[in-house]
Amino acid sequence: MTAAHSSAANRGAAGWKLDSRRVAEDELEIALAGRWSLDENLPSAASLDASLFENLRRLRFGAAELGAWDSGLPTFLAELIKRCAERGIEVDRSGLPLGVQRLLAMAFAVPERELARAEAPGGLLARVGTATLEFFRGAPEMLRFLGEVTLSLGRFVTGRAHYRRAELWLLVEQVGPRALVIVSVISFLVGLILAYLGADQLALFGAQIFIADLVGIGMVREIGALMTGIIIAGRTGAAFAAQLGTMQVNEEIDAFRTLGISQVDFLVLPRILALMLMVPLLTLYAGFVGMLAGLLVSVTIFDIGVFEYYNETLRALELRHFAVGVSKGLAYGAVVAFAGCLRGIQCGRSAEAVGEAATSAVVTGILLITIVASVMTILYYNLGI
Amino acid sequence: MAGAPHIEIRDLTMAYGDFVVQRDVSFTVRKGDIFVVMGGNGCGKTTLMRNMIGLLPPAGGAVLYGGEDFWSAGPEDRERLKRRLGVMFQGGALWSSLPLGQNVGLPLEEYTDLPPQRIGEIVSFKLALVGLAGFEELYPAELSGGMRKRAGLARAMALDPEILIIDEPSSGLDPIAARRLDELILELRDSLGATIVVVTHDLASIFAVASDSIYMDTETHTMIATGDPREALKSGHPTVRRFLSRGAA
Ligand SMILES: Nc1ncnc2c1ncn2[C@@H]1O[C@H](COP(=O)(O)OP(=O)(O)OP(=O)(O)O)[C@@H](O)[C@H]1O
Ligand SMILES: [Mg+2]
Repeated sequence: MTAAHSSAANRGAAGWKLDSRRVAEDELEIALAGRWSLDENLPSAASLDASLFENLRRLRFGAAELGAWDSGLPTFLAELIKRCAERGIEVDRSGLPLGVQRLLAMAFAVPERELARAEAPGGLLARVGTATLEFFRGAPEMLRFLGEVTLSLGRFVTGRAHYRRAELWLLVEQVGPRALVIVSVISFLVGLILAYLGADQLALFGAQIFIADLVGIGMVREIGALMTGIIIAGRTGAAFAAQLGTMQVNEEIDAFRTLGISQVDFLVLPRILALMLMVPLLTLYAGFVGMLAGLLVSVTIFDIGVFEYYNETLRALELRHFAVGVSKGLAYGAVVAFAGCLRGIQCGRSAEAVGEAATSAVVTGILLITIVASVMTILYYNLGI
Repeated sequence: MAGAPHIEIRDLTMAYGDFVVQRDVSFTVRKGDIFVVMGGNGCGKTTLMRNMIGLLPPAGGAVLYGGEDFWSAGPEDRERLKRRLGVMFQGGALWSSLPLGQNVGLPLEEYTDLPPQRIGEIVSFKLALVGLAGFEELYPAELSGGMRKRAGLARAMALDPEILIIDEPSSGLDPIAARRLDELILELRDSLGATIVVVTHDLASIFAVASDSIYMDTETHTMIATGDPREALKSGHPTVRRFLSRGAA
C-alpha cells in the first residue's frame, strides 16, 4: 500500500482550496491551492476534521498550485503546526513557499509564554460576590491606611508633616470654588423639591408656612451635607484616585518610597485637609441656596410673604442645626478624600487600572458617606442634638 | 581599581506571585565598579532593581549593602540603607505636580539642612550636568521623554549617593545625549567615587562604561554570564555573544 489511502478536499466559495491525502500509513500531505487571502473567508485549523490527524507521525505540504496569499495563510498554518506539536506530529515545512517558511520561523522563534491568568468572573451574581469578598478582604489594608493617615494628621497638628503649602492651596481652589456651580444647581433643585413636597402635605393642615422649617432644617442639617458629599465623591474623589493612580503608573509613588519620603504626608494629607476645609463650607453654601429655592417657591406659588418666610426660618434654625450640618460636611469630606486616596494608592500599573481606581473611589466614597451618616444621625439623636 | 564588595546579591529569586522571573541570581559589585545588568526585554532587569531598592521583597535570597542584609534589616535600618542609594527609574518617574527644580530639590530639602539658596544652586548644577540648565521652572509634562529621563538622573544624583542605580538611561536619548550620559556616568564614578549599577541595552554604552556585568536569560530564567562584557563578546556564552553583537554572532 504505497499510494494514497484516502483523499479529502475542502474549498472556499471562490478562492482557496485544501486537499489532504495520506502518502503513507502515518504521513499526511496537505496540498494548498488557489487564493489564500484574508478576504476569502479562510478556514481555521480548528475546523479541520480530527480524524485527519489519527495515527499520524508526519505532516508535509504541497503548494504547487498555490496562488496569491497574505498573512491569512501563515496564520492558518501556525495554528495547524501548534495543534500538530500538541499531538507530537512532526511537521515538514519545506514544501511551503519560502516567504511563508520565513514568517513561520519568526513567529515560532520566541516560545509562547504560559500565563496563569486569573479566571474571569462569570455572571452577575458571581461578580457581585467577588466584589463583596474583595471589599472585605481589603479591610485590613484600609485600616492600615487609616492608621497612616491618622499619624500623618497628628504630624500635621504638631507641625512636623512634610507637605507643600502651595499644593494645599491649589487643591483647595480645585475642590472648592470650582465645585460652586454644580453644588448651586443641585441644592437649588433639591430645595425646590423639598418645598413642593412639604407644601403638598402641610396644605392639609393649612400650615404651609412651615415649609420654611422643613426646607431650612432639612437643608442645613442633613441634605446640604449629603448632596455636597455625594457631588464631591463623584467629582473630587474620583479625581484624587485618578491623580494618585497615574502617579502609581508613572512610578512616582515608587520614587517617594525609595527616597523614604512619606507619600501619605506629601500626597494624601493635603487632599484630606483640602476636603475637610472645603466640604463644610460648601455644605453651608448648599444650605443657603436650598433655602433660597424654598423661599422662591413659597413666595411665587404658595403666596407666603418674604418676611413671613424669613422670620419663620430664623425662628426654626438654631445654631445646633448648623453645627450638625458642618460636622457632617467635615466627616463626609474626610471620608471622600480618604476613599479617593486609598483607591489611588492601591491602583495597578495600567491605564485600565486608573479607570477602575476612579470608579471604585466613587463607590467607596458614597458607601463610607452612608455609613458615617447613619452613625452620626443615630449618635446625634441619642445625644438630643 | 577594584575595591571592597559594595553590593552583594546572593541566590536571589524574583517573582510576581507564582511567576518566577529569575532564580539563583548572584553577583558582587565592588566599590567604584560600573556594573551593567544586561538581558532581553522582560528578563527581569527592572524587577531586579525593584528587589534591590526595597520596592518588592525577593521571593528568596539576599541583597547586601556593605555586608548588611537589606531585607532582613528592621525598618529603620532599611531606611538608613536606602538613604545611600540614588535611583533613576526607567520612565524618569518625575513627580508630575512639581516643577523640575523642586523635583531635584525635594530630596535635598528632606534630608539636608541646607538653606534654600544653596539648594537652588545644587539643583541648577545637577540639572546642568544632565544638559538641562535653566529648566528649573518647567513641569515634567512640558518635557520630552528623553529630557524627563535625564531629569530623573539629576534627581537620583541629588544627594550624591554612594550607590547609583540606573534603569535604562540611554533608551530614548539621542546619540549625542547618550554619549554625554556615558561620560557623566564615568565622571560620577571617577570624581565622586560612586558605585554604579546600570541596566542597559545600549551596546555602545555597555562597551564604553562597563567594568563588570551580568547577563540574565529570558528563556532559562537565570543568569548565564558574568564578567567584563568585552571578554564575553570574545569568548562568552553563545547567547551573550549574540546579544552583544546584535544577533550577528
Ligand atoms: N507587576 C507585575 N506583575 C506581574 N508580572 C510582571 C509585573 N511586572 C513585570 N512582570 C513580568 O516580569 C517579567 C520581567 O519584567 P521586567 O520589567 O523586570 O523586565 P525588564 O528586564 O526590565 O524588561 P525591559 O528591558 O523591557 O525593561 C516580565 O515577563 C513581565 O511580564
Ligand atoms: Mg525594565
